[in-house]
Amino acid sequence: MNKLQEIPWKERPSPIAGESTIPRRYAFPERINLAHISWLRPLLHNRWPQFLVRTLTLAGFVFTIAAGLLGARVGSHNFAIIFVWIAWWTALKLAFIPLGGRSWCSVCPIPLPGEWLQQGGILEKGERRFGLNLRWPKRLKGSWLQSSGFLLIGLFSAVTLTDAHLTAWVLLGLFGLAIGLSLVFERRTFCSYLCPIGGFTGIYAKTAPVEVRVIDTTLCAAHSDKTCYQECPWGLYPLALRDSAQCGLCLECLRSCPQDNIAVNLRPFGTDLIANIGQARQSNRLDEAFLALVMLGSALAFSAVFTGPWGGLKTAAFAIGSYKWLLYGLGFLALNLVVMPGSFALAVWTGHRFSGSKTQLRRAIASQAQTLLPLGLFAWIAFTISFAFPKANYVLSVLSDPLGWGWNLLGTINPTWSPDVSSFSPVLQIALLLVGLFWSASVAQRLAKTDARQNFRQTLPVLAFCLAFSLAMLWLLVG
Amino acid sequence: MRKEWLARLIVIVLAAAAVAVPVGGWYVRSQGILMHARMAETGGWMPENLTVEVGQPLHLRLTSDDVMHSFAVGQSDESPVDVIPGEVTEVTLTFDKPGKYTFYCTRWCSVNHWRMRGTIEVTGPETTAEAVKPPLYVTLGLDIDAEHHAEVVPEQKPSVWRGANLEGVVPNGYQSREYYLSHSPVELWQALRGETSLSQFTDQDVWDLVALVWQSNTNHQELKEGQQLYTTNCAACHGEAGAEDGVFADDLDQPEDRKHADMQTGEMTARPADFSDLEHMLAASPAHLQGKILRGGMGTGMPYWGPIFTEEQTWALVAYLWTFQFDTEDHP
Repeated sequence: MNKLQEIPWKERPSPIAGESTIPRRYAFPERINLAHISWLRPLLHNRWPQFLVRTLTLAGFVFTIAAGLLGARVGSHNFAIIFVWIAWWTALKLAFIPLGGRSWCSVCPIPLPGEWLQQGGILEKGERRFGLNLRWPKRLKGSWLQSSGFLLIGLFSAVTLTDAHLTAWVLLGLFGLAIGLSLVFERRTFCSYLCPIGGFTGIYAKTAPVEVRVIDTTLCAAHSDKTCYQECPWGLYPLALRDSAQCGLCLECLRSCPQDNIAVNLRPFGTDLIANIGQARQSNRLDEAFLALVMLGSALAFSAVFTGPWGGLKTAAFAIGSYKWLLYGLGFLALNLVVMPGSFALAVWTGHRFSGSKTQLRRAIASQAQTLLPLGLFAWIAFTISFAFPKANYVLSVLSDPLGWGWNLLGTINPTWSPDVSSFSPVLQIALLLVGLFWSASVAQRLAKTDARQNFRQTLPVLAFCLAFSLAMLWLLVG
Repeated sequence: MRKEWLARLIVIVLAAAAVAVPVGGWYVRSQGILMHARMAETGGWMPENLTVEVGQPLHLRLTSDDVMHSFAVGQSDESPVDVIPGEVTEVTLTFDKPGKYTFYCTRWCSVNHWRMRGTIEVTGPETTAEAVKPPLYVTLGLDIDAEHHAEVVPEQKPSVWRGANLEGVVPNGYQSREYYLSHSPVELWQALRGETSLSQFTDQDVWDLVALVWQSNTNHQELKEGQQLYTTNCAACHGEAGAEDGVFADDLDQPEDRKHADMQTGEMTARPADFSDLEHMLAASPAHLQGKILRGGMGTGMPYWGPIFTEEQTWALVAYLWTFQFDTEDHP
């Protein structure tokens, strides 16, 4: 029997299936289960709506690659640049993540061909499947590789974000990598451990007001087949979910549960950040802390390069291969690998030392890193609005001429309207950075209270770190 | 299973459409010649060498990959067309004579703007070769690279108006076109200074007569054309007022330590000539200046304009250069 055959692809009837009704909410009365809203329920349970959206994003993705390779290399006139780095990147940070967590992952086209090959079908699993179905090495688990991938893209970001050709090759590379890994390893290995955007999306999904959770844990415990786990492309067991960082919201667990025991909840913002405080399953993962710090460091670096007044820095970031770019790269890596982790670890250690906390330093770093998530999310949003709104009219332009070949399909090649956000943009950015800072402070305070001594001194250095970061972002974005 | 096949069909159709649109468009575009313009530092014109037969239309689709450029064909009556980033400009050229034509950029796109050139080789049935007339500086045997400095210079800017109001007549021989083209202003001044019929005039008066002779060898139309050519092609380096202060002048003025290295690569440049420099300009004849324009300044970054300007255009440009030295107003 090979590894593929070990997996029970065919759903078997549950011994208690006949008793299934829409269950009552037990553990989370303050949440709204979207799967129980009558008009929304069929949209979530049926695979077709999600499939159609996925197919459209896949077609758009293929078109983006073709446009990048064949179209004009001028970024502002190429669909690949405008739709990837202006439209999608903005939508991801302003809508998908803050409102839907990993909702983009549920329709992301990159893993789809590999997944379809793995399961031998698109909507239905086939008998003939492709791939070795190996397990991802334990040593490579976690988000270390995702952090590295994000840093790697960051090193070349100045050119990637403006060169349509390079953007197409990056997308093609990610596409090929995802398909290749699907043929070797089980499930969504690429999404879980390698996708740099998945790392970004995953950690900030903890702040989002959407979650997939089990309704009644006793039902799951009694269900021996664990169809939700078997069907989950991400290899997750819903009963064991401690936060939403890994769940890609594909909803296969919802569709496969014979007890209708899965909820798609609307919940208060930031629930995951404080949900496990003081519990044994509270995160002690340094890889997540490191990823959160990489996101902060990258936000600082990108703000300096793309919105800062330093022409020399911008030139160096663009001059790939030159000694100036090497200096820029060293600075970028030093910021993300040394300065940010070092100063945060120092802040946690200082608070730890002077408060007399008994918590392990490693666990303290991991748990205090939760405070960085609202800070980072709002820093990225503030950074995004500095360039997204002024360039919004390019979206209309490239819809009319996606390849920069002089077409005018929609008559919007030269849109007369251009959003002027210069008057309120700085105010909005200040407000966003303040929201992120206060939210982080609130999380820090909740974390401090978990210590028996309830010593607020423990969080003061981390709050100082957050304040310093906010001031730096404020200086870079608003001046 | 029917649903599965329907899903597969939808995926295939949409993915195929996503590929077909750009690939189909690319194929259609490939039927004409798509020419990309980039700053010379990153490639210039691509392709830069074209071939076409006499009488056959050459259809070009021009687009810029970086900044705004402009496309023009040398020694042609066609007006330049702008080449805009992300847009396609279509041009159809037809040549009625075989030969090698130079196309070039007329926008100040970068410090190496003048390097943005390419050629169109027009082939056709053998015709009787036209006798090539050598440029005047060659006929005169001028060494246009030799140092030239005027030994005397006027105290004031020579004025056409003052020269016209002097009660003296410049001997006819000095007013001829041939004399004007082959002698520098200081040579004319020295010759007039030796004329006994003009001995009653001061040195400045004679300089004013030199300005008058210059004006009698040009006209308003020629000066206007010269100004247009100068503004488009020369002012980027030499400056609008000819005072070596164009926007690229500082970039051309290389430090000593780079000069040797650039000499090895053939990319050596020097600060552009100063047309407001009295000593320098008054010692140069129109034939000398035309030679510099036609051949370019060897090792200075000054491009050669021989394949681009017609002879009339070069003389118009030379005539305009003197406006930096002479007060040309008829009535101050």
